[in-house]
Amino acid sequence: MAKKTNNVIEKIQDIAQDIYSTIKKIKQPELEMPIRALSNVEYNEKEGYFKILNRVKLRTLTASTIKTFAQTLRMMGLSKSLIESEDIATKREAYYVSKNWGEARFKEQPESDTVMDDVEAMMRVNREQIGFIPEEKGGDVAGKLIVIDKDQDTGKELKIDCTKFGSGAYSVPSSVEALKFETNAKFILAIETAGMFQRLVKHNYWKKANCILISMGGVPTRACRRFIRKLADGKKLPVYVFTDGDPYGFGSIYRTLKVGSGNAAHINEFFCVPQAQFIGITPQDIIDYKLPTHPLKDVDIKKIKDLVKNDPFIIHHKPWQKALKQMAQMKVRAEQQALAKHGLNYVIDKYLPKKLKDQKTWLP
Amino acid sequence: MVHKSAEELAKKARQISISEFFEKNRHLLGFDNPRKALLIAVKEAVDNALDACEEARIMPEINVELIQLADDRFRMIVEDNGPGIIEKQIPKIFAKLLYGSKFHKLSSTRGQQGIGISATLLYGQLTTGKPALIISKTEKNKPAHQIKLKINTQTNNPDVVSSETVEWEEKEHGTKIEIDMEGAYLKGKQSVDEYLKQTAIVNPHLTLIYTNPNAEQFIFPRATESLPAEVKEIKPHPYGVELGRLIKMLDVTPAKSLQQFLTTEFVRVGSGTAKTICENSALLPKTRPKKVSRDMAEQLYNGIKKTKIISPPTDCISPIGEKELEKGLRKEINAEFYCSTTRNPSVYRGNPFIIEAAMAFGGEQPADKTVRIMRFANRVPLLYQQGACAITSSLMNTSWRSYGLNQSKSSIPVGPCTIVVHMTSVWVPFTSESKEALANYNEIVREIKFALQECGRKLASFVNKKKRIKDEGKKRSYIEKYIPHVAAALQELIGLDEIKKKKIEDDLAEILEHTRGELEEIKVDNPDYDPELAKIGKEDKKKEEPVEEKKENKEEPESEKKEEKNDKVENKKKPGQQKLM
Repeated sequence: MAKKTNNVIEKIQDIAQDIYSTIKKIKQPELEMPIRALSNVEYNEKEGYFKILNRVKLRTLTASTIKTFAQTLRMMGLSKSLIESEDIATKREAYYVSKNWGEARFKEQPESDTVMDDVEAMMRVNREQIGFIPEEKGGDVAGKLIVIDKDQDTGKELKIDCTKFGSGAYSVPSSVEALKFETNAKFILAIETAGMFQRLVKHNYWKKANCILISMGGVPTRACRRFIRKLADGKKLPVYVFTDGDPYGFGSIYRTLKVGSGNAAHINEFFCVPQAQFIGITPQDIIDYKLPTHPLKDVDIKKIKDLVKNDPFIIHHKPWQKALKQMAQMKVRAEQQALAKHGLNYVIDKYLPKKLKDQKTWLP
Repeated sequence: MVHKSAEELAKKARQISISEFFEKNRHLLGFDNPRKALLIAVKEAVDNALDACEEARIMPEINVELIQLADDRFRMIVEDNGPGIIEKQIPKIFAKLLYGSKFHKLSSTRGQQGIGISATLLYGQLTTGKPALIISKTEKNKPAHQIKLKINTQTNNPDVVSSETVEWEEKEHGTKIEIDMEGAYLKGKQSVDEYLKQTAIVNPHLTLIYTNPNAEQFIFPRATESLPAEVKEIKPHPYGVELGRLIKMLDVTPAKSLQQFLTTEFVRVGSGTAKTICENSALLPKTRPKKVSRDMAEQLYNGIKKTKIISPPTDCISPIGEKELEKGLRKEINAEFYCSTTRNPSVYRGNPFIIEAAMAFGGEQPADKTVRIMRFANRVPLLYQQGACAITSSLMNTSWRSYGLNQSKSSIPVGPCTIVVHMTSVWVPFTSESKEALANYNEIVREIKFALQECGRKLASFVNKKKRIKDEGKKRSYIEKYIPHVAAALQELIGLDEIKKKKIEDDLAEILEHTRGELEEIKVDNPDYDPELAKIGKEDKKKEEPVEEKKENKEEPESEKKEEKNDKVENKKKPGQQKLM
């Protein structure tokens, strides 16, 4: 770990030195960074994640780029001093630090986040390694799992039993690299909504099914993805994903968990869960379980078209293409909690057991 | 109820003379309020003087003096160096309405109907009861005639109060008139001062000396030694003649046959065309004009319409010229950009005409007001009835946005701009006898629009260039703003000392500015500008400014009344005026 840190500092200094000598030669300096977009990733099933390709963008110093150029260098400077002092800053904190940069300060946090992502991609490391951490929560965990963490003061091992949170849950920390696990669960169930998670926890579903429940709360954060990956890899557990039956649940939540995203293309390798499998709610479930539905909005239809046409993961998997086209024809979507139509505990007593048994109803 | 017999009613009806008619309807000639009356009086006298000089090919030198006799009473004295008027004609010219040399001919003179100056006399007589005084001298060694004149309104005939021979030593030839009248003297966009100034601008061959009621004297020396090309008189074109006129012409013509009538009374009709017209009218070319009945005249009228006749000659009108027009504008307005255009002659209803336009953009002109419009017809400024004028409607129907001015749909554009339009024609179609606005003939509206578009395109390229330069300036300050941050970041990253840091800043400035080239500058560069002239006609009301400013924004310059209010505001100097640089 220590070596890696030095590498980052070295790399930052190399880039800065390069810029310095280019300027001294009265030439326009350039910053090179990989393009972070779906158009610059490829998917193959064997590797199991969106792998970044070689296309890069050059940020050449000109009149119109000088502000971002200055901000990128400033951000690299902040990163360097964070690593040197072994400190960390959240994205929000970094944004506030920029307020000292006079005219080069960021107006809104999204600007600083983008520049931070650029620096991260330039170094081809995870943002924790350049001293920045997200302030977002990683996700909630309940079930048959003991997380082994360290006491922040004494460094002594701490065992956290995820069965002992009652109606509450264990919260995934923003950095999960140092965690260890003990479990005898048979699988991990990753759930999109906190509402569904609450229902399953309340009725101790994990006890009945002998599993670990994780609430992603929308698109899973990097920490959540990494947590599931480490746990699944380490304990050889299958991962089942249960989201709303809509294009957002398929294309943003499930796809990002399983293979990563375009925006974080440079780090997908570590932040993906290739073993994840989608159990529901599929478009076919809407028919099979006679679920109440909502009509698709224009944005939903646009998202479906976009996924079918541009998403390397969906393009690769025929069953997904079929499912999305089916949904486009049905013109409806259904939420997880629509299962409550058949009784509040229908999901526990009938839906999940039936779905888990019948692998044919899943999607890859 | 007792019915009145037709005979009784008939006793009451009697002929009304034209003078009587205008006595009661003086607003038709523009004498509707004291301020305007004073302006119209000066205008009629100056127009006549200029026409007389030009017709006699004399370089005009005109002296205008206004003397305030009482609160609302003024004496107007206008003196020219024209050819003078012979004694016998003086009374008719000045004291008989509709008497004149210009109505029956077609040439681009200022006067048209022979109403103006007699109406002015009539107005003076009505408001003061005093006769007008006219002195005229026709030759160097002859004495001058001095005549006091009134108009008999019942008969529309001159009433000579006194006539005598006097010496007028200092003048070789010329005419001088003195009329007392009710009036009001104010400055502003519709003032005598403004009128005379604009007259000087579009008549660069004129020397004008003007003394206003405050005893301030302005001298507008002539800017060119050449008279405008002599205006040629043309006969009417068949397309421009209405049925009633045609009947009258048939009645008075000395021609012996219809064919002869057509070839001698009209322009562009040869014997071939005349025969075709007769054929199209189903009339014999040999018909005696006197024998043509009303119905036959209508046949002839329709026959003319069916016949293809070439357009009238256009050498009978002479424009001011692009250069002269722009030069005049340069004197008046200190702007960043000027352009002008003179269109080729065109024809409406058989009358040839030429449209000219000029524009001054930027400088000290306010950017948030509607543009200033200056209208001229046959070198006469039009100060009233802007809203009713074909010039204004053409201007509003031109889309100015693509030329760099702001404009809401079909309204007067907004921007730091002055737009001049001049129409010259053998017959300018005014909307009323007071000659304040051009009538909306399609051909005229279209030509004005073309002239404005031509200027507009030149304006657009300037406005775009200005915008480019402004953007470039912005980019440069942007560069200057961020160079220190690049240097500071590098200092932080690789530990540069202050000297190296400074060096990097210099290098960066060189790298970035090297790729950009020299920065062009736009500024006002106008040696022709005459601040003294520009001030004439403007009011100074600096103290009230903040209040006025607010009021002004609410006002639409559409109606005549509001327009007047606006004028007062627009014409004063504003220290806080926005400079568009």
